[in-house]
Amino acid sequence: MATAAKQTTAPVQHDEDLLIQEYGYDDHFHEHHEGDKYQSNFISTYIFSQDHKMIARQFLITGIFWAIIGGLMSLVFRLQLGFPEESLAWLKPFLGKWITVNAETGMGTLAPEFYYALVTMHGTIIVFFVLTAGLSGTFSNLLIPLQVGARDMASPFLNMLSYWFFFLAGAVMFFSLFLSTGPFAGGWTAYPPLSALPQASSGSAGGMTLWLLSLTFFVISVLLGGINYITTVLNLRTKGMNMWRLPLTIWAFFVTAILALLSFPVLVSGFFLLIFDRTLGTSFFLNEIFVGGQALDHVGGSPILFQHLFWFLGHPEVYIIILPAMGIVSEVLSVSARKPIFGYKAMVFSILAIGFLSFIVWAHHMFMSGVNPFISNFFVVFTLIIAVPSAVKVFNWITTIYGGNMRYTSAALFAVGFVSMFISGGLTGIFLGNSAIDIQMHDTYFVVAHFHIVMGVAAFFGMFAGVYHWYPKMFGRFMNETMGKIHFWGTLIGAYAIFWPMHYLGMAGVPRRYYRFDNFDTFSHFSAMNQFITIAAILVFACQLVFVINFFRSIWVGKKLTEKNPYGANTLEWTTPIEVPHGNWPGKIPAVHRWAYDYGKGGQDHISQIVPLAEGEGDSGH
Amino acid sequence: MNAAVNFEPQVEGRSRIHPHQFALWVACASIVMFFSALTSAYIVRQGAGNWLEFRLPDLFYINTVVILVSSVTLQASYLNFKKGRKEAYRGLLLATFMLGIAFLVLQYMAWQSMAGIGVMLDGNPSGSFIYLISGVHAAHVLGGVAALVMAIIHAFSLPYKATQRRKVRFALVLTYWHFVGFLWLYLLGFFTVTAA
Repeated sequence: MATAAKQTTAPVQHDEDLLIQEYGYDDHFHEHHEGDKYQSNFISTYIFSQDHKMIARQFLITGIFWAIIGGLMSLVFRLQLGFPEESLAWLKPFLGKWITVNAETGMGTLAPEFYYALVTMHGTIIVFFVLTAGLSGTFSNLLIPLQVGARDMASPFLNMLSYWFFFLAGAVMFFSLFLSTGPFAGGWTAYPPLSALPQASSGSAGGMTLWLLSLTFFVISVLLGGINYITTVLNLRTKGMNMWRLPLTIWAFFVTAILALLSFPVLVSGFFLLIFDRTLGTSFFLNEIFVGGQALDHVGGSPILFQHLFWFLGHPEVYIIILPAMGIVSEVLSVSARKPIFGYKAMVFSILAIGFLSFIVWAHHMFMSGVNPFISNFFVVFTLIIAVPSAVKVFNWITTIYGGNMRYTSAALFAVGFVSMFISGGLTGIFLGNSAIDIQMHDTYFVVAHFHIVMGVAAFFGMFAGVYHWYPKMFGRFMNETMGKIHFWGTLIGAYAIFWPMHYLGMAGVPRRYYRFDNFDTFSHFSAMNQFITIAAILVFACQLVFVINFFRSIWVGKKLTEKNPYGANTLEWTTPIEVPHGNWPGKIPAVHRWAYDYGKGGQDHISQIVPLAEGEGDSGH
Repeated sequence: MNAAVNFEPQVEGRSRIHPHQFALWVACASIVMFFSALTSAYIVRQGAGNWLEFRLPDLFYINTVVILVSSVTLQASYLNFKKGRKEAYRGLLLATFMLGIAFLVLQYMAWQSMAGIGVMLDGNPSGSFIYLISGVHAAHVLGGVAALVMAIIHAFSLPYKATQRRKVRFALVLTYWHFVGFLWLYLLGFFTVTAA
């Protein structure tokens, strides 16, 4: 009887299908979804899609677009810094009036105000559009429903809006690049008075207005996404998926969403005050001020107030960037090493501790802004305490791969590279977190080197690890491994070649955000080092082109995914069909019986989360 | 049919709160952070001195009564909706809407009276903060009024039926409306305490 009944249902190919049929539970999804009217045509499938997997791909591809723009900008200002005497006339067709060509000598120079615009836009684009939306937008969307066992996000409609607000933010920012007065040029932190007075510099006029508009849209996008991520993790987990069975990716995305939800509104409050100062004549941030010998009407504002509001977001923001990368790396390392993650609970508590501490350290960005030195002590202590959960995580990643049967795929290499970058960049954070050392180091290339390694390169490495690892889930094909390895080694060596020397520049006192250094005798002997950094930056960018070609080429010609679970991983996304339908599982949603890291348990290579516990077997996650 | 209904969890013990209701609470937490940032900025700026002190308009206090009564009428409307008293449900919903509009109008009059005693938006930050914070709060109330309009359209155009789906929708409006009411209570309490 039983076998006869099974034969009449859908054909069963895998043991996992049997398990889902037997233990999974029915949420009557497919009954409502015959014909799938939400994905009936091109527009509802590819453009205004409400499917979290399509939205993830939209975030990723938009993120790649912005990463290329942001990267190209850095090349232009690196050329200026490395070769201030060389002609940039060949850039005139692209940059137009921002390159002034001397009619007699043919020498093309980059306009100094556009140099500042490039630096500002590079920071804004990479921090917000690439490493926030491109990273957490992509992987939270892709993995949260798949790994907690949900059909989709709690509100697919808000999820779609989240992407389109991001798109709108990008469109507005892109438009600002073409203004005659140029995009905003006062630094990505947008400190007043440069950001508050439209007459302060050319970028402070229309460029700043569009910057504010763009980032307000962006915050709306982040909040809509974050509300969905939190609700989905807490409310839509499948049967048996308690919090201690969640993969570390989900823990990371969950805490990231909480940080975003609590900190981005504070940034918006700063924006509101700024907009009032700019347009309605209020004096929240503007003190008695003279522009061109003319006294302005503003009285009694405090520019430091903006810095407090900005960094109350700004510091959690760096964890919004790094936590998803940490989650991805934990999962990729465990799967690649064929070993359970070492210290799962310690990892979760570290994520929570980092999340909590990130809210009480913001003023370490303001040690030199005139905050009370006694208050600084408080921030120094909590900043240095962050080293503790960070070190716990590093220790656990290393012990996870220690003695493992490591498969060095591109994803695994990038995950290991992440750990390397995180250690290098994290150590210099201990220097900078100290308010006494910060007197020497603040606003120098030491700071630039620190944050680029720890949250720029490291977060990119986490993102690359995730893209290589979950590419088959997104596109049904693998990326090319040889190109992946060229990409990895080029980027690892190149990124160190760029940022390692910058530490020396910074210790020697070379200030950041300067247009050129060759007029300063003190810094003249660094010109060779600056040339070296620029050449390394060009090579690293070339390596990223290898990635971009690999990414888009593999969508059509990559090696096809032929099995459901190519890596032998335990998490739920590998129990879905190869071509994942809307709703993720064609029949029942699988129920979960164990944590996500049963590798090598009882002599078995891996045990999927949907396999029930054997009699007398304990769940290792608890 | 909305796509979202298909994703409701069917697992026992986890469906005590509807995901959309929960999402709204999360959104409220986010709005709370927004206003606490503004009020913190207020405290920091006040501590720096050069702070003009003035008497808050009486209308702010009268208006508090208006918004609290509107919370009561909406709650009553929701109870009547669940109990099947159609007329009371519709009437109280309309009353809430009127009170919401009244709140916005009275806030506008309160700003006018502030301007009347010389406290201008672009003057000393003490006044600018009151205008900005109460203004942004009014914008949130306006969002609530928009939600009430949707609820009224549902109440008058759809056949009366207290389905689970409509209960959830109504509960969302109710939660948000209570939220903006209590938010005003907090803000006015904050203004009063810091001015004293």
